[in-house]
Amino acid sequence: MIQIIVFALISIVGFGVFGYNIWKVRSNILLGRDIDRKGNSSERWKTMFLVAFGQQKMFSRPIPALLHLALYVAFVITQIELIEIIVDGLTGNHRVFYFALGGFYTFMISFIEVLSLLALIATFAFLARRNLLKLPRLNMKELVGWPTKDANLILIMEIVLVTCIFTMNTTDEILYRIGGSHVDHANGSFGFLISNCIADMLMPLFAQGYPTSTLEVLERIGWWGHIAMVFAFLNYLPYSKHFHIVLAFPNTYFSNLEKKGRFTNMESVTNEVKLMMDPNADPYAAPADSNAAPQRFGAKDVQDLTWKNLLDAYTCTECGRCTSSCPANQTGKLLSPRKIMMDTRDRLVEVGENIRQHGKDYDDGKSLFSYISEEEIWACTSCNACVDECPVNIDPLSIIIDLRRYLVMEESKMPTELTGMLTNIENNGAPWQFSPSDRLNWAKED
Amino acid sequence: MSLNVPTMAEMMAKGETADVLFWVGCAGSFDDRAKKITKALVKILNHCNVKFAVLGTEESCTGDPAKRAGNEFTFQMQAMMNIQVLNGYEVKKIVTACPHCFNTLKNEYPELGGSYEVVHHTQLIQDLINTGKLALEGSQTYKGKKITFHDPCYLGRANDVYEAPRALIEKLDAELVEMKRCKTKGLCCGAGGAQMFKEAEKGNKEINVERTEDALETHAGIIATGCPFCNTMMTDGVKNFNKEDEIKVLDVAELIANAAEL
Repeated sequence: MIQIIVFALISIVGFGVFGYNIWKVRSNILLGRDIDRKGNSSERWKTMFLVAFGQQKMFSRPIPALLHLALYVAFVITQIELIEIIVDGLTGNHRVFYFALGGFYTFMISFIEVLSLLALIATFAFLARRNLLKLPRLNMKELVGWPTKDANLILIMEIVLVTCIFTMNTTDEILYRIGGSHVDHANGSFGFLISNCIADMLMPLFAQGYPTSTLEVLERIGWWGHIAMVFAFLNYLPYSKHFHIVLAFPNTYFSNLEKKGRFTNMESVTNEVKLMMDPNADPYAAPADSNAAPQRFGAKDVQDLTWKNLLDAYTCTECGRCTSSCPANQTGKLLSPRKIMMDTRDRLVEVGENIRQHGKDYDDGKSLFSYISEEEIWACTSCNACVDECPVNIDPLSIIIDLRRYLVMEESKMPTELTGMLTNIENNGAPWQFSPSDRLNWAKED
Repeated sequence: MSLNVPTMAEMMAKGETADVLFWVGCAGSFDDRAKKITKALVKILNHCNVKFAVLGTEESCTGDPAKRAGNEFTFQMQAMMNIQVLNGYEVKKIVTACPHCFNTLKNEYPELGGSYEVVHHTQLIQDLINTGKLALEGSQTYKGKKITFHDPCYLGRANDVYEAPRALIEKLDAELVEMKRCKTKGLCCGAGGAQMFKEAEKGNKEINVERTEDALETHAGIIATGCPFCNTMMTDGVKNFNKEDEIKVLDVAELIANAAEL
């Protein structure tokens, strides 16, 4: 009975704190400007199904894709065992599905065990790629400090989790065989594929009368350890880059379905340009909606970005495929699309905390430009390689362009050559200093 | 052969209408290298008796570099002026040899009131070949030659056009060799996003040099592109390796015009 109460309390706190954190993340994301990403839901579901559920874009790099697939499938399938643990925990049963499902249960747990083993191998491979092989994209300067610790911590948590699963299943198997299991049964075996083999190896020890109390303690450590890790993991997610396991789904659903070359139209500018070009416009006419606060051109801070940009930032798992495909980054420029996403998230978390502590008009004197330098923004060629590369359809380019828009239209700050280029367009209708009357000269030249 | 380049105004004065407007673009109008691409395309259009016209002095920058540089005002001023002209001539279809103009006209003008069918010149030429208006059969000019194609970002990733230029190269009976990074994974030449008009930010290498290395690895004698800016960048890249005598950088339209001996 005490176990049930303890379990129920842990579950309530575990899910409760997670719910609170989700609410915080959601309200942070909704600080962004609105953008229409509804409509065409069949295409959206399809994108989500292929890109998030089907991991489509991962497979352009097969080795990490296969390793990741092992972890991903193991994670999804293990949820079945988690449901059983929760039901057992709340009802005081043991392996409640064993009786309900019979042979299928043995198959299912065996399947989970195989996947868990593959996941364990993948986890070690991932640790090696980061820490021993030191893959360039996983060892760039924006990852120094917390991001690297975050990545390793996640992998270690996964190892602990898998270890708990095998400890639990193996000790339970041995207990079953020697008649000490919680499950009422005749002598026999659960017959789970891998724990059965480990039990075979360990059996001689217990045949000699090794105390079963140790087994029982180990089995409980495995069981409680598993559920404790699950709740720890769940509540760590909203603070971690690993949040992509949840947000990859909504993020791909709300993907940009337009051609990548199409940049957003700024409607506020359209209205002004129309007014300028309309000979009948009354320059003194009151604006149609005089109560609306004038919107800033471009983005200075996270509130000027769209909610999709902010969802992107929380979804980013810092894999660095964007940065490794970025032509500017490859040629030694300061720009790293991954850093743009990490900076956006860090700033968003900071702004969100400020608002919750000091109210919504609080100004801490900082902005996105406290994180992202102008040099980074001006290094972008807008080639869309980062956007194409992202396995969860994050769009760093639209953030870069909105930052440029702010610098150019609000602060008139840009590289001097661009000032000249813009003047030329305005004066001669070409980015170079040629007379518009010479535009057709080519047709008469040899 | 002298070029026949009617303007929309001339056409209108004669009471004729053009089937397609050739949007020349700033590079195609003013840049000495790009003007050759413009002329190659006109030769093809003339040869196939395509009823086309240009805007001539009524054409102005689409505003693309302004928009990529973050100046939406300048972009929209340009766009709206151009749309007034285009709509005035009741333009339905536009062809352009510049992927930046192509992208802007196709994707960014409709929201401002300018909706046209916009095609890249490689798509139009492919259509001319498919409908039998242009024949390349038996052309020896590039037979068996190794040609690699550099995907312009604003044609490829930005608009998913990968096949038309490649189909044309294959029509030349040439050997199309791909760079290690091609199509969706193609590396930028370094000119996009208004970089063409400014010095690159501080780094350890020029992007066009990095991209030219990809092209050199293929041992192709010709680097084909479909963008005047990529052309400039790749030409400079080849010069950087002192290979300009062995390796030519040519637009797909030039390849076709040469092969058809126009």
